[in-house]
Parts: sequence; C-alpha cells; structure tokens
Amino acid sequence: MIRTPLRPLARILRARANGENPSEIEAENRRQRHEQMRDRARNRAESRLLVLGLCFFAAFGAIGLRMGAIAATEPEEPRTAAVGNPIIGQRADILDRNGRILATNFDTHALYAQPPQMIDPRGAADGLAAIFPELDADELYEDFTGTRKFLWIRRQISPEQMQAVHDIGDPGLLFGPREMRLYPNGSIAAHILGGAGYGREGVDSAEVIGVAGVERQFDDYLRDPANEGEPLELSIDLTIQAALERVLQGGMMLMNAKGASAVLMDVHTGEIIAMASLPDFDPNNRPRPLTEGDQSDSPLFNRNVQGLYELGSTFKIFTVAQSMELGLTNPSTMIDTTMPLRVGGFPINDFHYYGPQLSVTDVIVKSSNVGTARIAMEIGAERQQDFLRDLGLMDPTTVEMVEASTGRPIYPQTWREVNTVTISYGHGLSTSPLHLASAYATIANGGTRVAPTLLVQDGPQRGERVISPEVADAAVDMLRQVVVRGTASFGEVAGYEVAGKTGTAEKPNPRGGGYMDDKVIATFASLFPASNPQYVLVVSLDEPTETSGDEPRRTAGWTAVPVAAEIIRRVAPLLGLRPQIEPATVTGVTLTSN
Amino acid sequence: MTEMVHGTIPVQAGEPILPRWWRTIDKWTMSCVLALFGIGLLLGLASSPPLAARNGLEPFYYVTRQAVFGGAAILVMMITSMMSPLMVRRLAVLGFIAAFAALALLPAFGTDFGKGAVRWYSLGFASFQPSEFLKPVFVVVAAWFMAASFELGGPPGKAYSFAITVIIVTILALQPDFGQAALVLFAWGVMYFVAGAPMLLLFGIAGMVILAGSFAYSNSEHFARRIDGFLNPEIDPTTQIGYATNAIREGGFFGVGVGEGQVKWSLPDAHTDFIIAVAAEEYGLICVIAIIALYTVIVFRSLLRLMKERDPFIRLAGTGLACAFGVQAMINMGVAVRLLPAKGMTLPFVSYGGSSLIAGGVAVGMLLAFTRTRPQGQMGDLLSRRH
Repeated sequence: MIRTPLRPLARILRARANGENPSEIEAENRRQRHEQMRDRARNRAESRLLVLGLCFFAAFGAIGLRMGAIAATEPEEPRTAAVGNPIIGQRADILDRNGRILATNFDTHALYAQPPQMIDPRGAADGLAAIFPELDADELYEDFTGTRKFLWIRRQISPEQMQAVHDIGDPGLLFGPREMRLYPNGSIAAHILGGAGYGREGVDSAEVIGVAGVERQFDDYLRDPANEGEPLELSIDLTIQAALERVLQGGMMLMNAKGASAVLMDVHTGEIIAMASLPDFDPNNRPRPLTEGDQSDSPLFNRNVQGLYELGSTFKIFTVAQSMELGLTNPSTMIDTTMPLRVGGFPINDFHYYGPQLSVTDVIVKSSNVGTARIAMEIGAERQQDFLRDLGLMDPTTVEMVEASTGRPIYPQTWREVNTVTISYGHGLSTSPLHLASAYATIANGGTRVAPTLLVQDGPQRGERVISPEVADAAVDMLRQVVVRGTASFGEVAGYEVAGKTGTAEKPNPRGGGYMDDKVIATFASLFPASNPQYVLVVSLDEPTETSGDEPRRTAGWTAVPVAAEIIRRVAPLLGLRPQIEPATVTGVTLTSN
Repeated sequence: MTEMVHGTIPVQAGEPILPRWWRTIDKWTMSCVLALFGIGLLLGLASSPPLAARNGLEPFYYVTRQAVFGGAAILVMMITSMMSPLMVRRLAVLGFIAAFAALALLPAFGTDFGKGAVRWYSLGFASFQPSEFLKPVFVVVAAWFMAASFELGGPPGKAYSFAITVIIVTILALQPDFGQAALVLFAWGVMYFVAGAPMLLLFGIAGMVILAGSFAYSNSEHFARRIDGFLNPEIDPTTQIGYATNAIREGGFFGVGVGEGQVKWSLPDAHTDFIIAVAAEEYGLICVIAIIALYTVIVFRSLLRLMKERDPFIRLAGTGLACAFGVQAMINMGVAVRLLPAKGMTLPFVSYGGSSLIAGGVAVGMLLAFTRTRPQGQMGDLLSRRH
C-alpha cells in the first residue's frame, strides 16, 4: 500500500514560500486518512453484517425445516408407555419338580398420601391409626399438615385393609398397584428360595428383586420379560422337603440340638431333592440379619451351604477308599491299631481300645482313628490332597445359590503329616454338609464325580471318574456293615438297606485353642439302598445331647443316626423306592406248570 | 413585533418527538416484537394453567402477571426507542455500572430459589435476575469501547472490551450460568467480527475448535457419549427432549387444537424453556413457522438497516443487540428440535418471566433506537464526490 506522508515536503515548502500555514496541510491529510479508514471499516462491516444476516437466516431456516420434518413424522403410538420410567413387574414363578408352586406373585396395593389433596387430615390420620395399629395418629396428622407433598404410608396392604382405607373416603389417600412375592408354603424350603424385596419403586409399580437363595441367583432369569413368565423349575420335591423338615424339626427338639441340617440328593443326577436348615424363617416375612452375635446362629444362615464344619469320622471312608484305589489295602488287610499312636508329637487315640489289629472293614465299622491314621500315613499328604480335591472337598460347591461361593472349605495352608493324619478322620478340614453329600454320592454312584444342583437334570451326570466301580462297591459294603453291626446300628430301616458312616466332631473352641468336649457336631452321612444306591442323605445336628440314659450322650450314633433313620423311613416310600422284603420261606405246594 | 401578541401559536424548533419517532422507527421490527408478545400471551393461556394448578393458584394467574409485565416491557421499549443513540449510550453506561454491581453482589445478597445457582434477587412480589439486564447494557458499553478504537489515537477499546467480557463471563460461569455466559461471549464475538476481526484469527479459531473437538471426541469417553447421544436418532421418550419431540409430532401441521395439548401437563418447563413445544402441539407447524419468521424478520431487518449505518458505535451496538436476541431464540428452538444439545434458555418475549420480559423490552427498545433512520451523510458524499 502506498501511503501519502502526512507532511509532504514539496507541498510544505511551497506553502511556506506562499506564506501559508503548513500545519493545515497536515491536518487535511490526517482527516482524509481517517475518513479512508472509516470507509474501509464500513465496507468491511457491511459485508460481514450481510454474512451474519445470512447465517441467521440459514439457522432459522434449518430450525423451521427440522420442525417441519418432525411434524411430518407419525407420533409414537403408545403414549402411555412413554410415561415414567417403566418398571417391569411380572416375576416368574418358581415350581418344584412336580410343578407345585414354591413362589408366585400376588397383586396387592401400596398406600400413599398426598397431603395437599387431603380434605380432613385429622379424620384421615385417626382412621389410618385405627386400621394400622402400628401407626401413630398424631405423627400422621403432623405429616399431613406439614409441607410434605407425598408420603408412603404402607408398602403392602391386604384387600381388607384397602377397603377400610377406601371407607375413610379421603381423596388424599391413594393406592399404587404392587406385585408382592408370595411363598404359599411358608417356611418350607425357606433357605433354598431365599426371599425377595422391593427394588426401584414408583407410584404405579415397583420392582421385585431377589435378595437371597435361588431368587437372587436366578434374579435376571426370573425378571427377564423375554421368558414370558416361563417358571423356574427346581429339583426340590415339595412333599419330601416338607416331610424331611418336619422329621428334622422333631429330631432337633428331641436331641436338644441348637441347629440341624439335612440334605437329600440323587447320587446319579446330583439333584437336591430336599435340603433343610434349622432354625429357619418365613420368606414371606424375611427377618433382618443379626446385628450382633454369630451370624451362623441366625435363622437366615443356611447350614448346608454356608456352614463350614469339621465333619469328623464321616471322612474315614474317603481315606480307606483311596488306599484301596491305590492298591495299598483291601477290605481284609489287617491294620495295626495299638494306641496311642504318636504323630509329630501328638497322641492319636481311639474312643475305646479295639485290640492290636483290625481289618480295614472293621476300622470303618468301629471307627478307629488310629487305623485310619496309619492308612493315611501310607497314602501321604500329596496324594491325599489330590484325592480330596477330586471329590470336590477343597473348592466351593457349584450349587445354584448365591450363598454357595461363601462355602469355601477351610484347610491348612501347609499340609504336614499331622494334618494328613487328622484330616484322614475328618479334623482340620472344614466343609459344608453339601460338600460331604456330593462326595458320598461319588462313592454311592460307582465312583464318578457329582456336582450338586437345584435344577432338574435330564439324566445322570457323567462326571470325571474318581475311584473304580469295584472300590466304590467295596466302600458301600463297608458302610453297610457300619449300620448292620457298627456305630450306626440305630440307622437300620427295614427294607431300605441303609449304609453310612457316623461322625462326631468336637467343636473348636470359639475363644481359640483346642476343642470343647461337651459341644459336638454329630453327623450321619448315609446312602440307600445299599444294593443299588440311589440317594444320599446327610444329617447334621449342632450340639445335640441325648439324655435318655444315665449320662448325656452326644455321639452321632445316639443322635444323628436315629433322626436320619426316621427321615429315611418317611421319605423313602415318597421317593418311590420299593422296600426289599425278605422272601418268606416257601412252604407247602409249589405251583408248576405241566 | 406584530407576532409578539397574546394568543399566537408557539413555534417549535425542529420536528416534534412523536411524529419524528413514528417516521424514523423500524415499523416492521416493532410490529414483529408486538406480535411475538401477543403470541406469548396466547401460549401462556395454554401452557401456564397446569403450573398454576400445581402451585395452587387460580388458573390464569401467570397469564395475568405476564400481561402486566408485558405491558411494562412494551412501555419501556417505546420510551427507550424514542431516545437518541447518545442518550441511550449514557443511560446504558449508568445501567451497566448498576447491573455489574448487582451481579457482583449476588453471592452476598442473592438467592438461589433452591435451584442450586445463585442468580436472583428476591423482591417479594417478583424476582430479579441481574444478568438479564446486564446483557443489553454490556453490549452497548462494549460497542462504545470498540467504536472508540476507530478514532485516530483512540484507546485500545477492543482489548478493554475483551477484558470486561472475560470478567463478566467468569462471574456468570461461577454462578454457574453457562447459558448467559455463552450469550455474553457470543455477543462480544459478533461485535468483534463486525468491528473487523482479522480473517487469519477467525480461521485460526475455527481450526482450533475443530481440532479440539475431534481430539476430545476420540479421547474422552464422556464427551463422545454426549455427542453420540445427541447425534443418535433414537430419543428416550421420557426426557424433556423426548416429550418435546413427541409434542411436535402430535401437533403435525395444524395442531391438535386449542387447549387440547397434553405436553404441558408433563413438562415442568412448558411455560418457559419448552414453550415452543406447546405451540407446536396445540397450534401446529403453522404457528411455529410464524414464530420463526417473526424472529427472522426482526434479526435480518435490523442487520440490513445496520449495514447502511455509518456510525461505528451504533453499528456495533445494534449488531450485538440483534444477534444476542436472535441467538437466544435460536438456541431455545434448536434445543426443542434437537439441533442443539439441551441448554435451558428462554424464548425472548414469548416465554413467561418478569425480569426477562422487562430486560427484553430494554434490549429491543435500544435496538429500535439504533435502527431508526437518520441522515447518513449521503448528501455529503454526493457533494464531495466520494463513493
């Protein structure tokens, strides 16, 4: 750009010569330059304003077109569906294996108030207090006359209560439809089902979510609308579950036990036919968790799945089965049972002295700790661990309950010889009764691994082989001998050939160090019928005391065994097992053809 | 001497105020503003009874208030538009000082009405939002500073105005009121653009924005989700936007009929931020197009008139006022049709709101004062043969 100087020398000199004021020239040039600048700015502003105007024109045009485009489309049809955040109700039912209802839904109502719409707050408060005795009329009146616009009064009300509230007739008292989870069988199978509660809550509906047990485990499935209300079918048999709970309850009271548990399981399919833990609760009105004390004493605690106990002598059969599998012994091998046996400085003793030697069968029948210990020392720590792991006794069970993962067996981190010895007769390794039931199922079904399940199975689980069929048969024979002539003689049930092993384990002292000799867990792990095992039943009593004799008796043979026998007596016919009747000696005429 | 007798007609120097006002005012813009106000009252009749019912007031409580405030706003607009640009500037500077002080003192004396941001003074019968009043007077003050830089040897007005902008935007963002902050920044940007921002700077800023945007999109999951959600054609029908979109669809071209609309019952902001949805549902696309046309005419005509303006101050101030007014309407309607991400902003002169109406009256009054026809020195150009 060529700029004229403000004081052009030629013109200044000429002006000086003519006697004019040269400053005027400078002022004139300055004015012209200023005007030029303003003109440039104006021209630039003019074009930019035009650009701005066109931008606005285009933007408003775009909004108009977009409005037109939206207005031309069809409105979404179901307008009501768009109202509020939809909460899916309709939780699927839970059935037992025969299609009987274990859990279903029930239409009920929630009661709420909108104080601004209330005509007679005093009357409404008094009326409500009369219907619901736990409500306080004065507090309600305060709420109704305060600043609150909305308040829940009751989450669930019965039809009768609803009619009574209708009769108060205040427009500020309103009802929201609710679906309520109903367990028509009350406390039967309480721990399996768990329970349900309300999740997200709106005025028109509320989400029902599972809080424990199967309800929680299958929550997604039960709530999934894609299943179209297809019920969840469990392997539980309601009749058998009810019978088992009833007998167990009676046994628990008779034996003065503070808790009891029982699992009945099919040895081939792994289906849990019945499972009970006492004390129990009503899932319709699930109690709150204990705020103090031991959670394992809570009615909510599922002893079968969550409880970890040293189950005592019931483990001996695993040691013996392994030694037979390894070819170290056979049922008639003689074992040295002189006591005491000292291992790593600890003395191992038997309940009585059984003589210098016992056959392997008699070690089981008489439940000799020393004999089992000697066999376990032959096996060694490493092989013992592998075998227990193969039986599933070292990992949590895979049963379909949320609580299953908390039932992780407790075993020593460093597995010394003394651990091998004590674990061989069931001390030092804590498992749940359900672990024990599935390990016994392996022995009963001919030696293959079974995972316990709550769902109906199509056929036998063909799990990994743990012991050979021959060894399994021999082990079942030994267990049968325990009932026929051993520690579990009260376990005989005519016609059902019960086989099993007792276990009386002293409870570890909760204050640490040693065991308490007057508090035991008495367990009877049984299978029946021995000639063709179909079912495993594990019954455990917590701190039982049998007082019919001169002095209190706590061993499993006196406590858990009679209870288990009574359960089998009641349940075996319901399971459709045919009793083995001794054929009456045939006398007289024999019919022959021809 | 014969004239100096009793009863002669007093001769006035120059033209009287009202006729001159009527001759020079931009009658199109003014009619459009009055039409907008009328439409606002009409929509208020439709949209506010549910709110009144919720708050336990008589059905047309808000319509009555809107009419009273609207009358006051129109009076303010008329009086302001009669002033000369110089007078407007002087009053605006005084107003700016007052409004700025009010804004700065908000943390001490303001109230948040339970909405989480301290933006209001409560006056008992009404509330007062200083930032609404600050916007128009800020535009005038900033234009004054910028225009001063056009003088030879004038102060660096653009820098000064930018400093003021930054201060105000910071205060607003701290409230937080990002909507008003963005509007103030936008108004300043437009004025700077018209005042001759270097092209290189403009392109540079545009490039930086694009770069930063794509960087944020590819690196920030949160940002990407927001943008994807905005670009996603699926609308969650339970959000405010969902209701608004459905209302526009329900309305179609001719609307569902007066008083038949449903959306006003479900949208909490039906009388302010989403009033355009109420209009679309009850009166259809016709009414919405009419509203858009009114805003377009106001903005476009004002800008066209300002193109001929020679005084840099008037040009810049007018541009800032017209653009702030237009862009506020644009954002409000753009949100309702999902052209823009959700941001609460009222529709000027149509939405309910006392202080926003009066402030709108002041702003449009000043705009009208600036766009009045006045001699632009065309004669001087002819005489000095300039072009």
